[in-house]
Amino acid sequence: MSYSTHADLGGQPGQGPITPEPEGTPFHADWEARALALTLAMGGTGSWNIDMSRAARETLPDYARLSYFQIWLAALQKLVEARGLASADEIASGRMQQPARPVARVLAAGAVAATLARGSPTERAVAAPARFALGDRVRMRSEIPDHHTRLPAYVRGHVGVVERLHGVHVFADAHALGLGEQPQWLYNVRFDETELWPGQARQGHTVSVDAWEPYLERA
Amino acid sequence: MSDHPHEHEHDDEHSELGPMDLRVRALESLLTEKGYIDPAALDALIDTYQTRIGPRNGARVVARAWVDQAFRDWLLRDATAAIASLGYSGRQGEHMVALENTPEQHHLVVCTLCSCYPWPVLGLPPAWYKSAPFRSRAVADPRGVLADFGVTLPDATAIRVWDSTAEVRYLVVPMRPAGSEHLGEAALAALVSRDSMIGTGLARVPGGAP
Repeated sequence: MSYSTHADLGGQPGQGPITPEPEGTPFHADWEARALALTLAMGGTGSWNIDMSRAARETLPDYARLSYFQIWLAALQKLVEARGLASADEIASGRMQQPARPVARVLAAGAVAATLARGSPTERAVAAPARFALGDRVRMRSEIPDHHTRLPAYVRGHVGVVERLHGVHVFADAHALGLGEQPQWLYNVRFDETELWPGQARQGHTVSVDAWEPYLERA
Repeated sequence: MSDHPHEHEHDDEHSELGPMDLRVRALESLLTEKGYIDPAALDALIDTYQTRIGPRNGARVVARAWVDQAFRDWLLRDATAAIASLGYSGRQGEHMVALENTPEQHHLVVCTLCSCYPWPVLGLPPAWYKSAPFRSRAVADPRGVLADFGVTLPDATAIRVWDSTAEVRYLVVPMRPAGSEHLGEAALAALVSRDSMIGTGLARVPGGAP
């Protein structure tokens, strides 16, 4: 095991209260807004995809003690360096020491609105029938993969019911590894609270996750 | 440092800038110099999420669903298309699902793995949505989470928590509050709080606190 995520927080005990906040600006400092915009603009160069970004963030060793936009900034620096777009020295100094490398695109100010409105849809054409149907009981795979994945630890090994078929979508695990899109059927699977939290007093709730077909086996 | 007057002056010059400001500025100037980014695009991105795309978009969607039965049916059947018909689409809202609250069932949306959130209708997520307490507790202790927001639901109301683990994004349609029958769409939208569309709040009662 070399891959280690620090972002899989569902059901982790020992967390304190939540601090609600009123609607208003989503930023608490100017640098947060710049960090977000830098991340989106660099994503627009096509040098990595969103699943690679998530992998870069969740594997930061100091994830738990960084603020949210500090995580974004650190992951951005990591990706820029990993792709050879800038060196660690350049990032530290803010000064160019080596020529730029070619990137696929540069997001122009005039293209921002149209680019955001288009987004990056992940649904793909159906190439094979879905293995599972509405109402099927499925068990989530329990092995922990040695790479980025979107199956939270708190549902691994547990049995739920297929509630929705979302169509066929880019498979995050493969996409994060640079192995192409490898589209897979995506299901909404719903779990009863007694399946996930057996020792706990009942609250009258269920939890569902969106899970790609390779995460599921027949229960 | 104190015996080094020039460095001290230099520090004072930037006294309003913290280490994070300096780090982000350094990266921005480097990436600009390399030609990877257009600084004007950064301004446009920030302006978009500060002034154009936010929870008032989602509030208009909800208000329309409250007054227009055909739109409500469309929203529940194909939220992506119904929402796009009002002009909201794209990044982090490419595949939308709308969840209607009822007296029997209350929906609550979370992303335990990061911060997935329906940007075109709600804008960027609030800090608490991205925080460890919300992400860890929402799936195991939803009633405790709601209590942190001052919300208590009847025991008979089942809670359904949706963990946004893929690229599908969820929008909660809160229940239309009592006493709102006489209101038009714009006044109704003002009752729809951001939190009510995540499921950590309820729609406001007309004449109630904002």
